[in-house]
Amino acid sequence: MVDFFTTTNLGIVLLVLGQCLLVLVPILVSLAFLMYADRKVWAAVQMRRGPNIVGAFGLLQSFADFLKYIVKEIVVPAGADKSVFFLAPMIAFIVPIVAWAVIPFNDGWVLADLNVALLYIFAISSLEVYGVIMGGWASNSKYPFLGSLRSAAQMISYEVSIGLIIIGVIISTGSLNLTDIVRAQDGDWGIFNWYWLAHFPMLFLFFISALAETNRPPFDLPEAESELVAGYQVEYSSTPFLLFMIGELMAVVLMCALVSLLFLGGWLSPIPGLPDGVLWMAGKMVFCFFIFAMVKAITPRYRYDQLMRLGWKVFLPMSLAWVVIVSFLAKFEVLGGAWARWTVGG
Amino acid sequence: MTPAVIAFYLFAVSTLAGGLFTVIARNPVHSVLWLILAFLSSAGLFVLLGAEFVAMLLIIVYVGAVAVLFLFVVMMLDIDFAALKAEMARYMPLALLIGVVLLMQLGIALGAWTISEGAEMRRAVPVEGGIHNTQGLGLVLYDRYILLFQLAGLILLVAMVGAIVLTLRHRSDVKRQNVLAQMYRDPKTAMELKDVKPGQGLQR
Repeated sequence: MVDFFTTTNLGIVLLVLGQCLLVLVPILVSLAFLMYADRKVWAAVQMRRGPNIVGAFGLLQSFADFLKYIVKEIVVPAGADKSVFFLAPMIAFIVPIVAWAVIPFNDGWVLADLNVALLYIFAISSLEVYGVIMGGWASNSKYPFLGSLRSAAQMISYEVSIGLIIIGVIISTGSLNLTDIVRAQDGDWGIFNWYWLAHFPMLFLFFISALAETNRPPFDLPEAESELVAGYQVEYSSTPFLLFMIGELMAVVLMCALVSLLFLGGWLSPIPGLPDGVLWMAGKMVFCFFIFAMVKAITPRYRYDQLMRLGWKVFLPMSLAWVVIVSFLAKFEVLGGAWARWTVGG
Repeated sequence: MTPAVIAFYLFAVSTLAGGLFTVIARNPVHSVLWLILAFLSSAGLFVLLGAEFVAMLLIIVYVGAVAVLFLFVVMMLDIDFAALKAEMARYMPLALLIGVVLLMQLGIALGAWTISEGAEMRRAVPVEGGIHNTQGLGLVLYDRYILLFQLAGLILLVAMVGAIVLTLRHRSDVKRQNVLAQMYRDPKTAMELKDVKPGQGLQR
């Protein structure tokens, strides 16, 4: 039986398919509850109750929404480019899913242990903008088109600073592999060994860039309802709209996973002595998601020129300077090689 | 048929189809989308060759940045398809001629090509000694050819400065936003609280 799955071609294909499902199904199910959590946190901040009708405490609200979306009628606007119109939500849905292939959940629990994993994630996240642009253009409508243009400019701007922040982490680790990056954060000091301390300001820069990259409030300008109705999603209904929404949420959770892996030590336990494990990873991701939800609830929306100024005139110089600083700190092994983890054998 | 071979044919076919439809698609936006498919499939071919770093760079640079700009420009253009078709018929003989010449050149080059001993084996392993190709490229670019690499960077920098200088205009008739002044504005000096008596209003 083991031979079948490791030697024959069919067996390998089946094994990989099984592993994909093993990653995908828990993520999709947890998305439903994260969506619910997002709304509950938002409601709690505004002293509302939030969803509380479907299921106990409204726990099944997301599933009810899901059913509602898929039984609604699909409306295609007149003059829309039909093939691109339906391709856009598919891209928006599939691209964030594909990125999960290289996310390790525990030591060795990863679908594809690429040695360019971080570049892969970066490449995939640069594809996310296509769902938005294509959706906005194919709708043959003004609001979606304006929203998609905004979104494209925004996502490209913040990708630059995300890339530079990632380079700092790569320099400290000496590897692009996410498993190696987490292992490099292992040490005797537990939580103080993680990169959030060594790369202190970058954790916040990365988090804010992640907010902008995923079009979350306070940077949700592509869908600013006071100006653009709902941006690129205006003309979408039913399942295509659902795909856009799931894709957006999936990208948010992916960013949470990335923050946990790059800065918060992935599956490592914060207290030395406690066992490491997948539960720490899940806990850190949920914590990051909670912060995402809180930011959504408590911050007002940015103006578009402020957003661009922040990206190009504040984040870009800061992260670029940090790359140079980290290079020096790593080269001269300052503080016993805290920024050159490959020398201390992490 | 191993999965790698199947993947190769899949990527090869979609690269060629992407290229073909880039040329023959009627709508220019569709052309750009097919071009993106061609980029992605050729990135897949690079992965199959064991050059995953180049593949990822191809996606990040070409698909993530260059093609987005293409798409931007093409979407904004208001293109008359009928006029485009008429133009195409006019230039068709010239295009065909160039195509035939290129094809013949390729044929001549490939006809004179001899594959040396052991080249087939080396193709599967881009870098010797079992180091990752990210590391291999880094060693080549930043160690062995550092001077050439820096010079190339310098040329790009000069080109960038030139482009900025050419397009830079100092306009004095526009009102500029001073962000620092805005941020340092104090509520105390910017506004004044008044207690308005009912029925009297404010005295000027």
